[in-house]
Amino acid sequence: MAIYLTKESKVLVQGMTGAEGMKHTRRMLAAGTDVVGGVNPRKAGRSVDFDDRAVPVFGSVREGIESTGADVSVVFVPPAFAKAAVVEAADAGIGLAVVITEGIPVHDAVAFTAHARSRGTRVIGPNCPGLITPGQSNAGIIPPDITKSGRIGLVSKSGTLTYQLMYELRDIGFTTCVGIGGDPVVGTSHIDCLTAFENDPDTELIILIGEIGGDAEERAAAHIREHVTKPVVGYIAGFTAPEGRTMGHAGAIVSGSSGTARAKQEALEAVGVRVGSTPTETARHVLEALADTATDAAAPDAAAADGTAADGAAREGARA
Amino acid sequence: MDLYEHQARELFKEHGIVVPRAEVTDSPERAREIARELGGRAVVKAQVKTGGRGKAGGVRLAADPAEAEEAARHILGMDIKGHRVGTVMVAEPCAIEREFYVSYVLDRARGGFLAIASAEGGMEIEEVAARRPEAVARIPVDPATGVHTATAVRIADAAGLPPQTVDALVRLWKVLVREDALLVEVNPLVRTAEGRIVALDGKVTLDDNALFRQSRWGEERPASEDSLEARAAAKGLNYVKLDGEVGVIGNGAGLVMSTLDVVAGCGARPANFLDIGGGASARVMADGLSVILSDPGVKSVLVNVFGGITACDAVADGIVRALDEVRLTKPLVVRLDGNNAARGRALLDARAHPLVEQATTMDGAARRAARLATAASTAG
Repeated sequence: MAIYLTKESKVLVQGMTGAEGMKHTRRMLAAGTDVVGGVNPRKAGRSVDFDDRAVPVFGSVREGIESTGADVSVVFVPPAFAKAAVVEAADAGIGLAVVITEGIPVHDAVAFTAHARSRGTRVIGPNCPGLITPGQSNAGIIPPDITKSGRIGLVSKSGTLTYQLMYELRDIGFTTCVGIGGDPVVGTSHIDCLTAFENDPDTELIILIGEIGGDAEERAAAHIREHVTKPVVGYIAGFTAPEGRTMGHAGAIVSGSSGTARAKQEALEAVGVRVGSTPTETARHVLEALADTATDAAAPDAAAADGTAADGAAREGARA
Repeated sequence: MDLYEHQARELFKEHGIVVPRAEVTDSPERAREIARELGGRAVVKAQVKTGGRGKAGGVRLAADPAEAEEAARHILGMDIKGHRVGTVMVAEPCAIEREFYVSYVLDRARGGFLAIASAEGGMEIEEVAARRPEAVARIPVDPATGVHTATAVRIADAAGLPPQTVDALVRLWKVLVREDALLVEVNPLVRTAEGRIVALDGKVTLDDNALFRQSRWGEERPASEDSLEARAAAKGLNYVKLDGEVGVIGNGAGLVMSTLDVVAGCGARPANFLDIGGGASARVMADGLSVILSDPGVKSVLVNVFGGITACDAVADGIVRALDEVRLTKPLVVRLDGNNAARGRALLDARAHPLVEQATTMDGAARRAARLATAASTAG
């Protein structure tokens, strides 16, 4: 199992015929994604050859859906046209729109995420690397060959930190990794992904990667306390970020005392989430948490007798 | 991008919100002239992009043009929370009967805008919210409809603002939308003794992502005062100057932020944030290295790249070619991992530069760069 994306997903690429669209469509196909078409009104009716596969170009998302049964769209169009592209996809009834484009005006993101919500379309992004269900499908620009299919679910604001952890934990593998994007307004939140992973029978543990800015991680912590039974391991970037400066991602800014990495770490630890101080330590916490789960499952009453697990639990603060 | 008060005032005025008569200058003599043109009495206000001007002595009421000149002379050049005052706004004073607070602000949690209003204006809204939360109304704005009269009436009612403010609320929303702003705030919005509604002070934050369609602000951009940041911006680098001794180059905003934290965890201070993104070309690497090496605080440099889409051999090639162009004066620790890491490491080994060394893990590389920086600081 997986969340949001499986090998059954039929993927359209809006902006496929541009340079980024071409490059990443080729990568997606190589990773096993069922890319069923591209969308470009000026090149409708043609097709593009990717190695051994000819992918048709449709004039609109609606045509693409009618011809192929597509249910996912990956959006690579430039910032000025992204709003129209997502609105078109939502109006055509796409289930999931993955918006890779970076640099979209916030007013446009507010408009298209609200519009998509009203049409029942899930938006992931904007300014995100997309999502991957290793071994099944890859919708976006996440490198597919640095990890394998497994039992960890991952949700993150950051692309490269996601890759770092996918790679560190490549021997265990992932159900689905979702890059929700670093912009102030995004269509899918940490909480949405936590809920989906909690309901996914194959996900045994969830990694939550956050960064400075906003209070999404604090809200995720409150959600975890009430609704998540699976172990969660966290990582927060930006402890050394100065106040008032935007660090790369448009949403990564500390304003006054809000949005700090420390506040986010404390909120997560208060609900029993183990938070790593580096990506490598975070990976180690994942291994420990999985070992604890295995011990608990094997001998629920004897967990305390296992010195390693008990020490680990005492050190990290056992989840209530 | 934050605007100065006088720029916010211009925007309000363009959209039909009443503002006091005022003019901006960097000359005390001109301040005197302006005061005379305004009728003698005037308020002289420091133009800085930070709050707390009043408390810092950056706002003065002048009884006549001579006092306005003196006030301007006093305020110009003043340092307010690290911001040097380069200009003052000389404005006509206003007979205030009541002060209100109104703003539209991005609510990240809901993914939309929020109207915030209070009948208790004139002070920091955070203070009002902390002291008397019931005095602050927060009304989510439906992005599909925006703020028309009916919504504005609802906002005014919820906050206990008089009906006369409805027009200003509608116009302020237009400022937000037309200018692609993330925040528009009027504090205070006042009712004068004559019964007029006037925006006495305001703050506007524009969306950097929307500057491509808001061309008039285009030239304003790198308002950054640090010359290293100005140089980096001119080269198109995503660079933020910090106050430390370990220069940092990495790919991806999250990974670079994380690298800074790991350096700090090793007992050193990062000197900068520099995200080279996916484009780890020799050009970008050389530009990045040259900016970092001209920071006098830098004692060592750490390159931390995880090759996801970017291939590590391309990054290594970029470093090798940058080394031909930039004279390396500080030790450089490189950590390459992910796609084609082995080939990348081999390329760097083959170059065998005496100041370049490699580490296999992110934590190990940060520890090494921190140690080199500390050793250099102690020695020097």
